[in-house]
Amino acid sequence: MNSVVGQVHSIQSLGTVDGPGLRFVVFLQGCNLRCGCCHNPDTWEMQSDKQFTAEEIVEKALHYKEYFGEKGGITLSGGEPLLQAEFCYEIFKLCHENGINTCLDTSGSILNDKVKTLLTEADRVLLDIKYTDNDLYIKNVGCSLEKPLEFLYYLNEQNIPVTLRQVIIPTLNDNEENIQKLNEIIKNHSCIDKVELLPFKKICQTKYDNMQIPFPMANIPVPTKDGMNMLNKLLII
Amino acid sequence: MEHNNWNGFNKGVWQDEINVRDFIQQNYKEYKGDDSFLAGATPRTDAMMKKLNSLFALERQYGGVLDIDTTTVSSLTSYLPGYIDKANELIVGMQTNRPLKRGVNPFGGMRMVRQACEAYGYKLSDKVEEEFKFRTTHNDGVFRAYTDEMRAARKCHVITGLPDAYGRGRIIGDYRRVALYGVDRLIEEKKKDKAACGLGDLQTNNIRLSEELFQQIAFLGYLKEMAAMYGFDISGPAKNAREAIQWTYFAYLAAIKEQNGAAMSLGRVSTFFDIYIERDIARGVLTEESAQELMDDFVMKLRIARHLRTPEYNELFGGDPMWITEAVGGMGEDGRTLVTKNSFRMLNTLYTLGSSPEPNLTILWSTSLPENFKRFCAKVSKDTDSIQYENDDVMRPIYGDDYAIACCVSAMKIGKQMQFFGARCNLAKLLLIAINGGYDTTSQMHIGPQMPVMDGEKLDFDELMERFQVYIEWLSHLYVNTMNVIHYMHDKYAYEKIQMALHDTDVERFMAFGIAGLSVVADSLSAIKFAEVKPVKDENGFITEFKTVGEFPKYGNDDDRVDLIAKDMAHRVITALRQTPTYRNAIHTLSVLTITSNVMYGKNTGATPDGRKNAEPFAPGANPMHNREENGALASLNSVAKISYDDCRDGISNTFSITPEALGRDDDERVTNLVAILDGYFAKKAHHINVNVLNRETLMDAYENPEKYPNLTIRVSGYAVNFNKLSKAQQREVISRTFHEAM
Repeated sequence: MNSVVGQVHSIQSLGTVDGPGLRFVVFLQGCNLRCGCCHNPDTWEMQSDKQFTAEEIVEKALHYKEYFGEKGGITLSGGEPLLQAEFCYEIFKLCHENGINTCLDTSGSILNDKVKTLLTEADRVLLDIKYTDNDLYIKNVGCSLEKPLEFLYYLNEQNIPVTLRQVIIPTLNDNEENIQKLNEIIKNHSCIDKVELLPFKKICQTKYDNMQIPFPMANIPVPTKDGMNMLNKLLII
Repeated sequence: MEHNNWNGFNKGVWQDEINVRDFIQQNYKEYKGDDSFLAGATPRTDAMMKKLNSLFALERQYGGVLDIDTTTVSSLTSYLPGYIDKANELIVGMQTNRPLKRGVNPFGGMRMVRQACEAYGYKLSDKVEEEFKFRTTHNDGVFRAYTDEMRAARKCHVITGLPDAYGRGRIIGDYRRVALYGVDRLIEEKKKDKAACGLGDLQTNNIRLSEELFQQIAFLGYLKEMAAMYGFDISGPAKNAREAIQWTYFAYLAAIKEQNGAAMSLGRVSTFFDIYIERDIARGVLTEESAQELMDDFVMKLRIARHLRTPEYNELFGGDPMWITEAVGGMGEDGRTLVTKNSFRMLNTLYTLGSSPEPNLTILWSTSLPENFKRFCAKVSKDTDSIQYENDDVMRPIYGDDYAIACCVSAMKIGKQMQFFGARCNLAKLLLIAINGGYDTTSQMHIGPQMPVMDGEKLDFDELMERFQVYIEWLSHLYVNTMNVIHYMHDKYAYEKIQMALHDTDVERFMAFGIAGLSVVADSLSAIKFAEVKPVKDENGFITEFKTVGEFPKYGNDDDRVDLIAKDMAHRVITALRQTPTYRNAIHTLSVLTITSNVMYGKNTGATPDGRKNAEPFAPGANPMHNREENGALASLNSVAKISYDDCRDGISNTFSITPEALGRDDDERVTNLVAILDGYFAKKAHHINVNVLNRETLMDAYENPEKYPNLTIRVSGYAVNFNKLSKAQQREVISRTFHEAM
């Protein structure tokens, strides 16, 4: 097979929070968005010094097949994997040929033919809906809310299971109104079977410091445990 | 043969021959359910444990040793009975006449005993000095026979920790035999063996055996006397669960009164006890609560077992361990699991009595274990950091289904196999000695084959490998010979009479060698092969430093280029060891295990080509060097899994620390994920893993504020320790280890 070469940021052999079971997580290099809360600014640039073919990635993933059990498998994250949709597609296709479950962690901001082809091989999508308010989206993400919603609509049409994820950022989306809007989204998309509210964290500060760029949300506090519990209770699933 | 106390048990060949395995197979009831049946601690247990905890605190205040009886040589009947709380104890028996009071055992060597007494402000009594004045100890014997080269290898620390001045341990008596058969039957069988021994031509082997059998029979007699001092007649079989536990404990107690071996392991008693407990429950004389109480009381006794050690010994084996290793779980050869309700009760003691390093609870893990048991083990690991796991699926085909673990990772058939313990050689130091042509820069001693120091701008991989092989073969020959001397003398002057009485007479022996510094050697050779390593010589022309330029693959990243170097090293060493015959035709085995000696080994080893600085600690056991893992936890596990158990039949130890956050979002997920990690790792044919689920910050806080964490238990290298009992250097090394964290 004439394989596409992918730009890879790093590989984490033990992922426990990016999809069901134990995950072999490949963080891809390059992102089209600039979210203020981004904890991987080192994945923004498109070029990496680590390049792999899909075969190479899957060969590595196969070393971990014994750990995957019934639920685990590979997760492609980033960066934004959709920017390398062909590469991702080849990985997923090879994974399926080898009996490995596939999971795509994305912000859902691109939906073209290549992405649609990729989605035919995705067993699950972890979709980040960063805010439920279009102004916040434009200001803090760099695209409109419509993009991920359009993506979600497509996933629903295709019946691809979705874990909806949102980082809870105090002062921006840690409110009841936001959760009610999320609930509306959940109600209208039966493909969503899991929702994860993730507390905003600031451990990425050192990455920003090392890159000598400002962390846009450096002054925002992290959410409290109680605050997170309260919001979680409001979710309909 | 029949006995009233066996009523209700299924019949089998176990009645006519000493065969505990058959008794278990005919009678045990596997349990596949969950932990919901378990009972908690009773007020009696709580009160007793409270008493013990205050004794433990007192022991800490006294610098680690509460009291020493300097006038009585430890033996089966040399102390009056001792109790924690006589009226409320369910299982009785103590090493000396008071809890935590340590006895003296000079059979291994007088010097160690003197030094140990002095280290804690005591003086060995004139009475004991007098008693041993004209007596040869094991230590005396060894040093009479040691060659100059053996002394030199010991002095420069290329072989260390050898059991030449203390009891060798690592022998597991089949303590269950006493409960099942009673002592009289065991004596009777041994007498038959002794008679048979004298029938053929009498040569060294059977003359020695005949004398050993005489001693075994005598000590079985003392065992009965010891039990009688506590008011028990153990000449016949135990009649109920309490007696079965008591009889078995007496046998174990006799062993630790007689011997101060480094590791005094228990074996595999939980499922054996379950048979008695089930019978008692069926008869309506025992409840779940009272069954747990019996196990709790038994385990309390194990938690107060102590031996007197010197500070030098503690540097090797930190944390005052006894390695009272109990193997729990596993599968039977017929496909049934050996997990019983009592396997759960044994683990439950970590909740009823609180977490603790002893007994060293070791799960024999099989991917076929019942799911509920797997989850309970993972939960206990996550909550207590007190248990370890070993691969039943790789051991069962070799040892059958009635084996146990001595010390940390040494498997043996219970009552049928024993081992001659041999500590370990320092492979990283040997590499440096090879580079310097037979000179150790740390001790400034010439040792081994003499040749020129390696020359050239950069080290050449092929040239070094050829040379390293010469030194591996030289050291292996010396190592086997040294071990032969030690174990000949141990058999002669400190023979394990009661433990060997609880073995078959015709026993199979292993001679267990070990290596330290495997990951340092693998990474160093990888650096030489894949990067450029420029040697730096001192004013005398010896290489003391290395300048390494360029990238090289590091062990711990699931990269065959270096992982196979590590695997090959173990293979080379065991192959070389096998060239020299062993004392009593023992089978050569090899371990990759360091206990806490990785700190001391590092201290005595110069800078290495992998970038490790002079005197920096090694990674423990078969672990990758700290913080060299770049691809996460499973990659690290996969690297270790490549070391072959066929080469390392004495075990491959891996210690794994992960933060709770990296294991999953909530408790349920963490349990599920830990089970998946263990299933995957062992499906890869890995041998052993210690699991710690904790944050580095906790350890750093405990380092600064020990009083806040009196019972903080962590797994270190094949065993668990109370963190506070480690030396500060050992604590710092544990803190510096890789903690797999969430991205």
